[in-house]
Amino acid sequence: MSVETLATGDADIGERLLAEVQQALASNTPLAIRGGNSKAFLGRPVQGTALSTAEHRGIVNYDPTELVISVRSGTPLVELCAALEAAGQMLPFEPPAFGAAATVGGTVLAGLSGPRRPWAGSARDYVLGARVITGLGKHLRFGGEVMKNVAGYDLSRLMAGSFGCLGLVTEVSLKVLPKPRLCTSLRLQMDTRSALARLSEWGQQPIPISAASHDGQALHLRLEGGEGSVKAACDRLGGDPLDAGYWERLREHRLDFFADERPLWRLSLPNNVGELALPGEQLIDWAGAQRWLKSDADEAHIRAIVAEAGGHATCYSAGHTDTPFQPLAAPLMRYHRQLKAQLDPQGIFNPGRMYSEV
Amino acid sequence: MNILYDERVDGALPKVDKQALLTELRRQLPDLDILHSAEDLKPYECDGLSAYRTTPMLVVLPRQIEQVETLLKLCNRLKVPVVARGAGTGLSGGALPLEQGILLVMARFNRIREIDPAGRCARVQPGVRNLAISQAAAPHDLYYAPDPSSQIACSIGGNVAENAGGVHCLKYGLTVHNLLAVEIVTIEGERMTLGSDALDSPGFDLLALFTGSEGMLGVVVEVTVKLLPKPQVAKVLLASFASVEAAGRAVGDIIAEGIIPGGLEMMDNLAIRAAEDFIHAGYPVDAEAILLCELDGVEADVHADCDRVRAVLERAGASEVRLARDEAERVRFWAGRKNAFPAVGRLSPDYYCMDGTIPRRELPGVLQRIGELSGEFDLRVANVFHAGDGNMHPLILFDANQPGELERAEELGGKILELCVAVGGSITGEHGVGREKINQMCSQFNSDELTLFHAVKAAFDPERLLNPGKNIPTLHRCAEFGAMHIHAGQLPFPELERF
Repeated sequence: MSVETLATGDADIGERLLAEVQQALASNTPLAIRGGNSKAFLGRPVQGTALSTAEHRGIVNYDPTELVISVRSGTPLVELCAALEAAGQMLPFEPPAFGAAATVGGTVLAGLSGPRRPWAGSARDYVLGARVITGLGKHLRFGGEVMKNVAGYDLSRLMAGSFGCLGLVTEVSLKVLPKPRLCTSLRLQMDTRSALARLSEWGQQPIPISAASHDGQALHLRLEGGEGSVKAACDRLGGDPLDAGYWERLREHRLDFFADERPLWRLSLPNNVGELALPGEQLIDWAGAQRWLKSDADEAHIRAIVAEAGGHATCYSAGHTDTPFQPLAAPLMRYHRQLKAQLDPQGIFNPGRMYSEV
Repeated sequence: MNILYDERVDGALPKVDKQALLTELRRQLPDLDILHSAEDLKPYECDGLSAYRTTPMLVVLPRQIEQVETLLKLCNRLKVPVVARGAGTGLSGGALPLEQGILLVMARFNRIREIDPAGRCARVQPGVRNLAISQAAAPHDLYYAPDPSSQIACSIGGNVAENAGGVHCLKYGLTVHNLLAVEIVTIEGERMTLGSDALDSPGFDLLALFTGSEGMLGVVVEVTVKLLPKPQVAKVLLASFASVEAAGRAVGDIIAEGIIPGGLEMMDNLAIRAAEDFIHAGYPVDAEAILLCELDGVEADVHADCDRVRAVLERAGASEVRLARDEAERVRFWAGRKNAFPAVGRLSPDYYCMDGTIPRRELPGVLQRIGELSGEFDLRVANVFHAGDGNMHPLILFDANQPGELERAEELGGKILELCVAVGGSITGEHGVGREKINQMCSQFNSDELTLFHAVKAAFDPERLLNPGKNIPTLHRCAEFGAMHIHAGQLPFPELERF
């Protein structure tokens, strides 16, 4: 380990967590798992005994030249990002924290990715390994710290975005990358339709775009790469300079758009979908592949329009609907239930957090 | 222990009456092409791992997805094991047939259904060759990034099943990073889409789970891959080193400089000489190791990075650094590397290719130990290495006609894989476990971990009819193999943490 990051508060409580899970199994008690509790608004409420990973924290291994970091799941995301920053590296998927208490475990389990996602990949794409306390009461390790590993089933990537429904993740190993040499942000005045058309065209060209958002008035772009490519793209695209803080405000939902009282929906769409006619206000991210919607529209109406376009919708406002995630087709749900029953036969891990059936 | 299916340790297979099965198949699927005579079955007895051969009971070659659905339903009902096969280029015996089973050949599903330049994706049938996707996308200046060395022949369905890699993985990822969706048919004949045309999908990430699952959970019938804009330019630097250790350190130095090369490959002296003799790539045959470093992207950045990498390589002690002068030389530099396996094959009647991965920092120690093992087993080993991502391909040279040499090669291979596990790596980076590394799985995973793998299998294929005997060993096999003893405080490298 070439970078020592022994922040105060580091602790390995793996044995205690294992004992808690074994106790829950013995007494058949469902567990409501939480890290920093910053994503409680996402998904369905869980009825269960609270189990916190927040004390299980610390960087276990970080060697920047190996491009891998392993951390206990309760490690604050800000602590991880600070360690990477000190070595000139980053989490390429640029996850939102939604609060200072956010943990690395919660980030991976919620499977959230920020503005760079369409070009750099998702949280799941950067998972290399995980330690998991299973529904059979064992503390196991899957994947590892190497870039390529196809031995056995890919259970560590399966954990990403599973909202804790398949096991208690105690440690994750993530691939990291060097920060780009240069980063510039631009604002180009144009309407939504033109912006989506231009983004579709640019997407087919080697332009170093690393974020693209449209707020109804202007297209916001971020360019990242070497000096030469970023300068050439700036010259070509024109526009006005943009404060780079925009991307953090977008990622953390701190733009004015998010202050609207109406329910917030996340729409995930294929590349190259035009404007979507939905009641309410929209904010475009991911070059159009992720759109935020503030709307009082009926859930079924939103889902139908988004599904028609080849995407799915998630409700980000707690309590607004009992089905915040897009319902699954019957056969797919059946295999979800079977997988849950195999990995968590007593149904103790976050039952109902994603769907009432799992 | 014999690598072919052994019911005693791999689990009993259902008894299937070939004639009754054939009759039922013809009744339910009158248009399905079925091979059943000995001479027709012979060509399908092995995949790219030709040391192991089994004649399948029947070979079927469907043309419609509905035929696959009906076939799998029928196999589920009659309890007939099914092994799916793509182009048959796999190197781990993942498509090794079963005497008591059907070999489901997906090669006729070879149509590219759609190239969508604006959506930057391609929808293809599973039998489409890897390279054919990039060729079809080329008019739009797009391409499909993963490029296994077999890309001219291997099919995308097999790439999904194996989570295939290639020489550009460090920067562009594995198959799993370059998929949007796969359509699969389960053993119950249920057709499902995993993933979607959007960048994520609701529910568990079954797309990630199925990628690399080696045909154990379902059969891939359609694949939607991501297409990327072609990099404007690609440049290759070839650096010579007087020791593999120095070359290994140079790899870490390049990454420490904040550069992620498109490709970063290492070859040792035996591999260099074999490749040069075969391809005449212009490799320095006296070097103990060479590094091939490809930088791609926008022209201005690539030029700047070439200068940076050259400086790093020189500081790291390279005796010579050459930039490919033109595209022809760049292609030649790569041809040497991409043909390294057949080139080494010319040095010896047979060779056995390993696929372990290690943390890069462990490279000098691991190569040294491989050298020692090579001496102990009296078999030459050439090393080809995806240096950027820690994926080693030691090639063990042997002669199967010499009594005992195959067994010695297998044993040496097993030792090398156990060494990879001991330093925190994996027994397979991109070739898969298949049948070949079934015993070494017992070294990498303990019985609780294997039990969980079997639980995953049971969620999709409780009767274990899909590709039985591959990927995940039974606990019985591990006990018998004797590998379980290494978990009782007798690890071969007890001082090292096991990952």
